[in-house]
Amino acid sequence: MNLLAHAPALAIAIPLLAAFAMPIASRVCKRLPKALSVAALAFTELLVLSLAAQAFSGKTITYALGAVSPDNVAAAGFPVRIILEIDALSALFAIASATIALLAIIYSIKFVKDGSKFFAAALLMVAGMLGMVFTGDIFSLFVFIELLTISSAALIAFYSGRGQPYEAAFKYLVVSSIAALMILLSAGLFYGQYNLLNLAALAGVLKFTFLDKIALVLLTAALAMKCGAIPLHMWVSDAYGEAPASVSAMLVVASQASLYALFRISFILFGKAPLIETIAWALIVFGVLSMFVGVSMAIMQKDIKRLMAYHAVSQTGYMLLGAGVCLAVINNPAALTAFGIKAIEGSLFHVINHTLYKSLLFLTAGAVIYRLGTRNLNEMGGLAKKMPWTAAFFVIGALAIAGLPPFNGFASKFLLYESVFLFSPILSAIAMLVSIMTLASFVKVFYAVFLGNEVKTNVKEVPLIVLAPMALIAIAIILFGLFPEIVLEAIVKPAAGALLNQTAYTGSVL
Amino acid sequence: MNKGLSPIVKNVAAVALVPITVFGLYVIAHGHLTPGGGFPGGAIIATMTALLLISFGTSWVKAIGKERLSMAESLGLVGFVGLAIMGIGKSFFNNFLVGQGLFFGNAVAFGPNPGWLGTAGLIPLMNMAVGLEVFAAISLIAITMFTAEVSK
Repeated sequence: MNLLAHAPALAIAIPLLAAFAMPIASRVCKRLPKALSVAALAFTELLVLSLAAQAFSGKTITYALGAVSPDNVAAAGFPVRIILEIDALSALFAIASATIALLAIIYSIKFVKDGSKFFAAALLMVAGMLGMVFTGDIFSLFVFIELLTISSAALIAFYSGRGQPYEAAFKYLVVSSIAALMILLSAGLFYGQYNLLNLAALAGVLKFTFLDKIALVLLTAALAMKCGAIPLHMWVSDAYGEAPASVSAMLVVASQASLYALFRISFILFGKAPLIETIAWALIVFGVLSMFVGVSMAIMQKDIKRLMAYHAVSQTGYMLLGAGVCLAVINNPAALTAFGIKAIEGSLFHVINHTLYKSLLFLTAGAVIYRLGTRNLNEMGGLAKKMPWTAAFFVIGALAIAGLPPFNGFASKFLLYESVFLFSPILSAIAMLVSIMTLASFVKVFYAVFLGNEVKTNVKEVPLIVLAPMALIAIAIILFGLFPEIVLEAIVKPAAGALLNQTAYTGSVL
Repeated sequence: MNKGLSPIVKNVAAVALVPITVFGLYVIAHGHLTPGGGFPGGAIIATMTALLLISFGTSWVKAIGKERLSMAESLGLVGFVGLAIMGIGKSFFNNFLVGQGLFFGNAVAFGPNPGWLGTAGLIPLMNMAVGLEVFAAISLIAITMFTAEVSK
C-alpha cells in the first residue's frame, strides 16, 4: 500500500477516525484521548506536508474517492465521483490549518480536564478544515462547512460556566448554518443548469447566466460571512472572545479556510465572468470596511480576547483588499503583471502570517487568563516580570500584527501597500493608517497587561508544554520576517500562480 | 424519577416495540435496494427509545447506561470510517467487496430484478454502521432531553 498516493483521503480520514474513536479511547485509559489526538494530528501534519511538497513544485494532485484507482478521475469523460483536488493554493491553507491545529491541541493538553469530548470536536474541526481546502466539488464544500460549524460551535461553548459561551456558540451556529444553506442553494443552482458539481469541470462550462450570478452573490455573501468581513462580522467577536484560547486559534484558521473557498470560487470559477469587477469592488469594500471598522472597534475593547477578535476582523480586511485588487484587474494583463499578482501574493502571504501571529496572540491571552482568572484589561498589570516568556511572545505577536520590521507582518503588509498604491493610493493610505491604529491598540494592551502595577503577587509562568507551542510559532514569525523572500518563492508564488492559472486547475480533472 | 404512564399504555408500548424494531432493521438491511438506509432505519429504531421513555419512565435508563450508548455510537462511526479505509488497496471508499461473491459480494444484476439482498458489497455494511450510530445518537439525545426535563 502506497501511503503517499492516498495522502489526500487519509489527511481527512485520520482525524475523523481518531475523533470517532475518542469515547472508546477514554474508556481504555484516561490519558489516551490526549495522546491519540496529538498522534493523529502529527500524522495528519506529515501527510499534509508531503502533499504540499508535491503541490508547491507545481503539480495538481487529484484523488477520486471510491474509484478503482485514485487517479481514475474522469472515467466516463466527466467527473462523477467525489474528487479531492490539491494544488499549491490548497496546500498553503492546509499547512496553516494542520500546523496551527497541532500546536493548539498540544497547548490545550494542560487545560482540558476530561479530554475526550474536547479533542473529538477539535479533531472533527481539523477534518472539516482540511476537507474544505482539499475538496474539488461544491457539494462536499457544503458538507465540510457543516462539519466545521457543528464541531466549532461545540468547542466555543465548551467552558459554559458563565452562560455567554452558549450565546456565542448559538450565534455562530445560526450564522454559519445560514451561510451553509446559501452554499447549498448555489450548489443546486449549478447542478440544475450544468449537471455538474465539480468546481474544475464547472469552471470550464460556466456560461454566466442570470442564475449563475445569483449563485455567485450567494457564495460571496456566505463565505464573507464565514470569514467575518465587516457587515457580517457580528459573530466573530463573540465566538473568538468566548471560546477557549486554543479554540480561538483554531477558529482563526477555520475562517481562513472560508477565505480559501472565497478565493477559489471568485478566481477559478468566475475569473472570466463579465461581472467580475463588481465582485472585486465588493471584496475591496468589504476589505476596507473590515480593516477600518475592525480596528476602531478593537481600540475601545476592555476584554483582551474580544479586542483580539476585532483585530482578526481587521486583518482579514487586508486579505480581502489584496484579493479584490487582483480580481479587479484579472482580465487586464498589463495591470495584472504591474501590481495585480503582487496584490494577491501579499494577500496570500498575509494569510500565512495572520494565522501565525493571531494564533500566537490568542495563545498568550489564554496563558494570561489562565494565570489571572480574568479577561478584563483593567484588572491586569505587571505580568512582565512574572511571566517573561509569555510577555516576550506577546511582544513578538503584537509587533508582527502591527506590521513592524523585522517581523512577518511587515513583509506581507509591505507587498500589499506597494501593490494597492498602484491601484488606488487612497486604499493604500487607509491600510497604513489601520496598521498604525493596530500598533496603538497593542501598545495599550501591552502596557495594561505586562507593565504597570502588579495586581496579583503569586503569579507564575505557565508550564513548558503551554510555552512550547507558543515558542514554535514565535520562531516561525521571526524566521518568516527575516527571510520573506524564501517563503515568497517557495510557498506564496506557487499558490498565487495556481490561483491565477485557471486552465491548470480545470485541466487536472478533464 | 419518572414512573411512566398507566399499565395499559405500558402493555401497548411493549407490543408496539417489536414491529417498530423489526421495521427499522428492515429499512437498514434493505437500504441498498429500497428507499431508506442507515439513517432513517436508525431513526426508526430510536423512536423505540422515545416510546420507552414516555411509557415506562426513566427507571430503565440506568440499566442501559448512557456510556454504553455513547460507545455504540462510537463503534458505528469507527466502523464506517474503518470500512472506507479498508478499501485503500484501490482507493479510499472503494467498494472492494463487490464481485468477490462472499458476504453481500455479488454484483447487482443488470436490468429489472426483484432485488437481491446479497448484493452491493460495502454499502449494506456501511448502512448497518450508520444505523447503529444514528440509533445510539438519537436515543442519547432523547434520553438527555427527557431526563433534563424531569429533573427540573
